[in-house]
Amino acid sequence: MKQLLTGNEAIARGAYEAGVKYASAYPGTPSTEILENIATYRDDILAEWATNEKVALEAVIGASIAGARSIASMKHVGVNVAADPLFTYAYTGVNGGMVLVSADEPGQHSSQNEQDNRNYAKFAKIPMLEPSDSQEAKDMVKTAFEVSEAYDTPVLMRMTTRVCHSKSIVTCGEREEVGIKDYAKDVKKYVTVPANAKVLRVKVQDRLNKLMDYSNTTNLNFIEWNDKKVGIISSGGCYHYAKEVFGDTASYLKLGFTYPLPSEKIKEFCQAVDTVYVIEENDPYIEEQVKILGFSCKGKDVFPFNGEMTPDVIRKSVYGKENPSIAFDESKVIPRPPTFCAGCPHRGFFYELGKKKNVVISGDIGCYTLAFSEPYNAMDYTVCMGASISAGHGAQQVFNMKKDSPMRVVSVLGDSTFFHTGVNSLLDVTYNQSNTINVILDNRITGMTGHQENPGSGYTLQGKKATPVNIEKLVRACGIENVRTINPNDINEVKNTLDWAFSLNEPSVIITRWPCALKKFSLEDKEEFKGAFKSKCAIDPEKCIGCRACIRVGCPAIYFDKANKKAVIHSDQCVGCEVCLQVCPKQAIQKGEA
Amino acid sequence: MVKSILLVGVGGQGTILASKLLTIGLMEAGYDVKMSEIHGMSQRGGSVSSQVRYGDKVESPVIEIGGADILVSFEKMEALRWLKYLKPEGKVVVNDHEISSMPILSGAFEYPAGIIEELSSKVKTTVVNAAKSAKELGNSKVMNVILLGTIIKAMGLENINWEKIIRDNVKPQFVDINLKAIEVGMNLVA
Repeated sequence: MKQLLTGNEAIARGAYEAGVKYASAYPGTPSTEILENIATYRDDILAEWATNEKVALEAVIGASIAGARSIASMKHVGVNVAADPLFTYAYTGVNGGMVLVSADEPGQHSSQNEQDNRNYAKFAKIPMLEPSDSQEAKDMVKTAFEVSEAYDTPVLMRMTTRVCHSKSIVTCGEREEVGIKDYAKDVKKYVTVPANAKVLRVKVQDRLNKLMDYSNTTNLNFIEWNDKKVGIISSGGCYHYAKEVFGDTASYLKLGFTYPLPSEKIKEFCQAVDTVYVIEENDPYIEEQVKILGFSCKGKDVFPFNGEMTPDVIRKSVYGKENPSIAFDESKVIPRPPTFCAGCPHRGFFYELGKKKNVVISGDIGCYTLAFSEPYNAMDYTVCMGASISAGHGAQQVFNMKKDSPMRVVSVLGDSTFFHTGVNSLLDVTYNQSNTINVILDNRITGMTGHQENPGSGYTLQGKKATPVNIEKLVRACGIENVRTINPNDINEVKNTLDWAFSLNEPSVIITRWPCALKKFSLEDKEEFKGAFKSKCAIDPEKCIGCRACIRVGCPAIYFDKANKKAVIHSDQCVGCEVCLQVCPKQAIQKGEA
Repeated sequence: MVKSILLVGVGGQGTILASKLLTIGLMEAGYDVKMSEIHGMSQRGGSVSSQVRYGDKVESPVIEIGGADILVSFEKMEALRWLKYLKPEGKVVVNDHEISSMPILSGAFEYPAGIIEELSSKVKTTVVNAAKSAKELGNSKVMNVILLGTIIKAMGLENINWEKIIRDNVKPQFVDINLKAIEVGMNLVA
């Protein structure tokens, strides 16, 4: 059966066909839809959102030890979080096959960096596969499990944003039931005390030698001979970009199995062509290996080290120019940055927080990161998931070393980010006692990645009821005594609560509890947040004095009509959060039924 | 021969459904098809694009600068933002619809005047009012399928069985209005 699938959907289909029994992940663009699609095979695969990537990989490792084919998926930076278990499981090897999918982001469409996770395969000494389109993504998952079990190793599959999110035609197959392997206790293999790990270390090297033979013989690495003046070595999506530009005028060494790289095939190819181009995104990963083998090639001296290697980039790098295009008046194009949605529960909170003086706002990863920009200007730095609370703690400790420093740190992160790694950070705050103000923006869902359930939402990925974590109780159990839960849409409540927290000389936690405006309400949400997003606000033009106070809440539903010098609310966008209504000095904004 | 269609707009305008129906139609008609989209942060009111390429054999899923045969913009200013991706001899279908971005809403910029004139002076441009046409049909949500209709006409894809594609992919109660929307869209393009 032929279907148009994204790379992520194809990975999920591949996992299904490969007989996978267990899957775990933490959401992150561009990887999120892998697990969401695996979850649709609910009769055959148990799919779970984990609290973070390390936990996801560890759960998958446990499932593999217990005998099931298991798969973990995450965005590139998630692999940093999961690196610890990865590097040890690389030593022990598997029982049921185990595959880790890393979704990298050349071009940083939705990420804080563009690290090249191909380096992880080399670093952890595990085999790596790199699909270039959806058909390969599906087929390679099956191959990856065969390699995992045949060579007793976890396998890395490296995807990139364009392979994850591009659709192409896939011929689907049937599920192969491989069952669950018997579990047999084997402490020499799985208990990595130094005495055992030293033995395993030698086995890993032996495994790499065998994998090198595989790399040189597998048809995942293949040569397409055309004219031999130009030879192109490429992998992943770059292979198709290169073919788009060079077509049949060049020969290709297409690499699908990229660790260990196939030294014999590379030699055969480089010896036969006049000029070698290595076309790859981010690091000169293949290029370095070609040079180590003693061949000269054109790589990062010609192509950019950053961004996507799309056909126009290749064309410009090789030929010095892009295809002809239409010149136009670019001053007519105004930026369109992402913004908080109308009704976003972060708006009221950051509107008030942004007014505070002598404050450092320690940010985190989520929609609320957008508070860094106008009109809130309410973020000083963001590092990584969970870092708001811990980096905020360190910053506050240093500010407190300066005599009479007025600086106070407010650390802000979302509910899912708090569960991810914020809990550990909060324990550090209570243990080492900094007077930080810690804010958990609980919008009842994992927002930015498109609404995934989490331990606080009350449901699992596959729709089972779960006991929702009570954040306030969890925070108190961590040792925080100053805790308040507030409605972030109530500006006065936000202001008074911030004032209360600033008045304390010990750590505090503020929990803002209101659902994401885009969330599909559960029965519990409907009960708790009755009437939310069911009304609209409107501005009475008679009362509006054109002061723009409402414009400064930064809502996409409000605009300023310059001709009439009045603010206007788009009724089709407004969901009645009432933040603007509270800041109007003339009570010109009223709420009505939708 | 590979053809490239670029659909652009603002997050939430329904470009994804339009491109989904388009790609299914192209696949069922026997073409090789690839489509590329960027998800994630840009959904929050940002600029979005769906890139569709079809032919005997498609390599790149992304359209390069100067590579699109047609640019269909669900919003006026977005047509200009993506114009450099159009072939100089390509066509533009632009929806006469303004969505102000935050720098405009906040008063830092004005929504630029003269976009349609700028487009028309540079390239073969068809201006449609899909929102108005959708309202006339009785459901403003079919704006995206009306724009799909303009693509079908402009790219000469009338022979594909769109009725079947709509029936297979749209809820039964919305089949008729979507079929009408395609027809309305086709009639908007000369």
